[in-house]
Amino acid sequence: MFYFAVRRLLWAVPTLILIITIAFFLMRLAPGGPFSKERPVAPEILANLNKVYHLDESLPEQYLRYLGNILQGDFGPSFKYKDFTVNELIGLGFPVSAIIGGVAILIALIVGMGLGIIAALRQNKTTDYAVMTVAMFGITIPVFVVAPFMTLFFGLFLHWLPLSWSKEDWTSLIMPIAALSLPQIAIIARLMRGSMIEVLRSNYVRTARAKGLPEKLAILRHSLKPALVPVLSYLGPAVAGIITGSIVIEQTFNIPGIGRHFVQGAINRDYPMVMGVTILYGALIVFCNLLVDIIYGFLDPKVRYD
Amino acid sequence: MKNKLFNWSALAFASAIALGTATIASAQQVLHRGNGSEPETLDPQKSTGVPEAMIAVDLFEGLVTYGLNAETVPGVAEKWDVSKDGTVYTFYLRTNAKWSNGDPVTAEDFVYSFRRLVDPATAAEYAWVVDPILNAEQIRTAVEKDMTKLGVKALNAHTLQITLKASTPYFLSLLQHHSTWPVHKATVEKFGDQWTRPGNSVSNGAYVMAEWIPQSRIMLKKNPYFHAANSVKIDTVYYYPTESTAEEFKRFQAGELHIANDIPSDQIEFVRKNLASETHISPYFGTYAYEINLTRAPLGQQVKLRQALSLAIDRSIITEKIFKAGQVPAYGWVPPGVPGYQQQQLDYAKLTQAERNALAKKLYAEAGYGPNNVLKVEILFNTSENHKLAAVAVQSMWKQVLGVETTLTNQEWKVYLDSRDQKNYQVARAAWIGDYLDAQTFLDMYKSNTGVANRPGYNNKEFDALLDKAAVTQNAQERQNLQQQAEKMFLNDMPLIPIYFYVNKHLVKQNVLGWQDNVMGFHLTRYMSLKK
Amino acid sequence: MNETLPTTSIETPIIAEATVKGRGLWGNAWRRLRKNYAALFSLILLGFIVLLTLLAPYLSPYEYDAVDYDNFSTAPSFENAHYFGTERNGRDLFVRTLYGGRVSLSVGIVATFVSLVIGVLWGAIAGFVGGRVDNIMMRFVDILYAMPFMFFIIMLTVAFGRDILLIYVAIGAITWLDMARIVRGQALSLRRKEFVEAAVAGGVSTFNIIRRHIIPNLLGPVAIYCTLTIPSVILVESFVSFLGLGVQEPETSWGLLISEGVQTMDTAWWSLVFPSVFLAATLFCFNFIGDGLRDALDPKDR
Repeated sequence: MFYFAVRRLLWAVPTLILIITIAFFLMRLAPGGPFSKERPVAPEILANLNKVYHLDESLPEQYLRYLGNILQGDFGPSFKYKDFTVNELIGLGFPVSAIIGGVAILIALIVGMGLGIIAALRQNKTTDYAVMTVAMFGITIPVFVVAPFMTLFFGLFLHWLPLSWSKEDWTSLIMPIAALSLPQIAIIARLMRGSMIEVLRSNYVRTARAKGLPEKLAILRHSLKPALVPVLSYLGPAVAGIITGSIVIEQTFNIPGIGRHFVQGAINRDYPMVMGVTILYGALIVFCNLLVDIIYGFLDPKVRYD
Repeated sequence: MKNKLFNWSALAFASAIALGTATIASAQQVLHRGNGSEPETLDPQKSTGVPEAMIAVDLFEGLVTYGLNAETVPGVAEKWDVSKDGTVYTFYLRTNAKWSNGDPVTAEDFVYSFRRLVDPATAAEYAWVVDPILNAEQIRTAVEKDMTKLGVKALNAHTLQITLKASTPYFLSLLQHHSTWPVHKATVEKFGDQWTRPGNSVSNGAYVMAEWIPQSRIMLKKNPYFHAANSVKIDTVYYYPTESTAEEFKRFQAGELHIANDIPSDQIEFVRKNLASETHISPYFGTYAYEINLTRAPLGQQVKLRQALSLAIDRSIITEKIFKAGQVPAYGWVPPGVPGYQQQQLDYAKLTQAERNALAKKLYAEAGYGPNNVLKVEILFNTSENHKLAAVAVQSMWKQVLGVETTLTNQEWKVYLDSRDQKNYQVARAAWIGDYLDAQTFLDMYKSNTGVANRPGYNNKEFDALLDKAAVTQNAQERQNLQQQAEKMFLNDMPLIPIYFYVNKHLVKQNVLGWQDNVMGFHLTRYMSLKK
Repeated sequence: MNETLPTTSIETPIIAEATVKGRGLWGNAWRRLRKNYAALFSLILLGFIVLLTLLAPYLSPYEYDAVDYDNFSTAPSFENAHYFGTERNGRDLFVRTLYGGRVSLSVGIVATFVSLVIGVLWGAIAGFVGGRVDNIMMRFVDILYAMPFMFFIIMLTVAFGRDILLIYVAIGAITWLDMARIVRGQALSLRRKEFVEAAVAGGVSTFNIIRRHIIPNLLGPVAIYCTLTIPSVILVESFVSFLGLGVQEPETSWGLLISEGVQTMDTAWWSLVFPSVFLAATLFCFNFIGDGLRDALDPKDR
């Protein structure tokens, strides 16, 4: 298992390099540049701007320059937010996104797994339908409806919670975390229920029951681990996605996370910013998937990665 | 390099103190303002947008500044002389003008800042604003490499002399523009791109930068060294980026914001009825129009077709039913608000819509179009709810009145800008907000020699001649006459279809004093206070 | 009491047939699905919704792109035949909801189907074959996953113009990645199961093992995941269209209608509620059908 992990980490390097390279060139294919504005920029000023930001060099030159900088840990200036570097913006935004996302995932795991197990144990009975219906609301109602609804209801009508994030007030985290976790609860609950049902019917669980094992033990010891496999497969990339923030949540609750940069960065053609968050996201995906693959090994001893 | 953005422990300590002092009678006035988008930069020479200017105007003060009504009032310069031929301005600076670190503001600071503005290495997008200054254009286009040739000189520590290449009657209003504001040389040279950060930033205005959490808030604190500090009542002002207008509205209603930057258009009726005393809707110096690509047939060649399309648009439906904020239907291009300027209008402004529709049909037929020869038009706009609303209405109007088949093309922002720059469109929505209070700012980009800036490709030598003459005419009345003639010619040639004149839409809590609606949309915090 | 099987001439052939011809995987599944009332009801409701969207032009006097100048954002009423009211542009919401359904449903089904086919094949092969093949295939998935989605969409629209088909391609190209991952996880587990090892030992080709042993046993989680993919696809479409890169005016989709309706939540509840109800109902139907399918296809239930 150890060598497996080491080999995978080594594979991460070419994977990341490929991600960087493809993303770098992909971005330049889109028309428009970072400096176009409603008021057209005079050609000599555009030339100056391009010079300052090295956009006048050939693309391969820019690429090599960029790679060289990254190796020294410098992700460049933001083309849009000119007073900040990409390092700073990510350094400030990522912890915020990660905390909110992390707590949301944790809640979603606990609640989602719980709901999924209950539903599976009472399959096709009323409890099952009730639990799944409640969970389904998390998926059918999109987050861009839930979030504004929350600010309207809990913020404006009831005055229970602040409508926007502020560093000093921890209660301003409640609504964003809730809005973020609701769809995840639904997804995890459904995946959990589905795979629990399958596992509960499997041979070794049947054997355990036949042997006279109490139901609770049958569940905990035999069913839970293999049932987690699809949930984990989903969680790998999902965790990476959630802790890098969601633009809807960030715009609704005014959260200084990095989620918006994935979308706004592209719209603004802020190439270094998009590269920066892409690299972060890519690294997180590689890492999370590796973690998930390792955990597979613990959950299902028959999984081997020769 | 530890910068001062996230100093948690200090903040915790400060919060504790603040909490403590808040319970004691607090004379601290704290203002919370919604500001639209996150500023791209707070360097006055480099910034380009409105959210940036709103914050920068609290931080910096130029030779002149904005009064309560956005009129030109003395800033760092107490008074000034203009030479008889209008080419030499001498500014006498206040002796008590100081930077936020105690340094005096001197004429040298202005010399440095003006040179920085036109220096090609700064890549300032608004460098052209000071083109009237001697050698400014040459320096910024790198024709002239010697920076000292710029017509800005410090006669002594408190006297600044600016020499223009020709008399420019509106020069003083140009000096209101943020690109001409001074920056502190030692700070800029020491910190480079980071000089605007809290802890580094040194400014000469009523406020100083205290905290900047990107995408969350910017906090400014009163500058004790400001020459008029005694009159500044608000101690701390918070600027919040409010990208979602709907959310900003809720925050305003919940009491988290004193000032909202915008009003969602579907809430306009509601606020007019229920929050009337807090609703501030007033004319803004901007026009919304549909630009026509004059290099493309058939619209580019046939002025009758263009006029027909313009006539068939019922602007009052667009302003009253769709935007609903009291925008004014526009039959001219330069918006109202320029002192002494007589507004120009298309001839049919005074007709009823029915008469306009009839005239439209007539011109459409004269141009050779009808049920057998249907005109196909494409409207390009960038992604935004409002632009979509307008385009859908226009599409429907053109169909009902003329039978024109319109396709709507909604492009993402940069792609849209690119399409317009490449003249890859037929009709595109466009808007213009004036940079300074003069008709020039709406007309001079349509001169035939302005290149990409002249997006429709308008080419009229008489128009050029009128504007060139106006630029050097000393007499204000004559000058405006020439501009008015130019605008009338422009409107009749119809390179664009004006739709409406912008309005400023703000919500301001009743306990905020010192807010004055004005056409430039500048509301400096130093004039405001909170009623108890 | 002893019961012996009656041996009339009518029943013998039936019994004979039943013992000779198996119903196969899908036959069995359909039989069991029919017995699941929730799934059955959902199928019927879904069919009804689809029917409504197809019949849209006949159900309302209004065109979906006609602006009614006297009725901007007005409440539902029977008198003026705006059954769902009008939206902020003055267009009838009822007919637009139905037309929007066409777009959302087709995007949902087609994109999910694309992601299903590619994802299942990719994941099954990677998970079963394992080793280096698995590694490369999944790293490829990682790389695609990390790509900036927005740029990809922008470029597609610039390169290929604005086609509804384009959205299917773009969305399908992203959602298969998740499916592949889920499938691969399952395949890894299945790889070492006894019946699979038996097939390997018996000399069945890799292709046939995947086709007849791996894939049928994956269908449970796959069915569930499909029911999660459809809503996600519909919402991705609305996001893309909202940015101007997908469905063009005057066409619309449920996602677009909902995102417009959210803004007038408190002043014009109908513009949010009606499209949301349709979307929610459709997704619930898919949900129960998916569950029913999972139950029906479960090899343990036979």
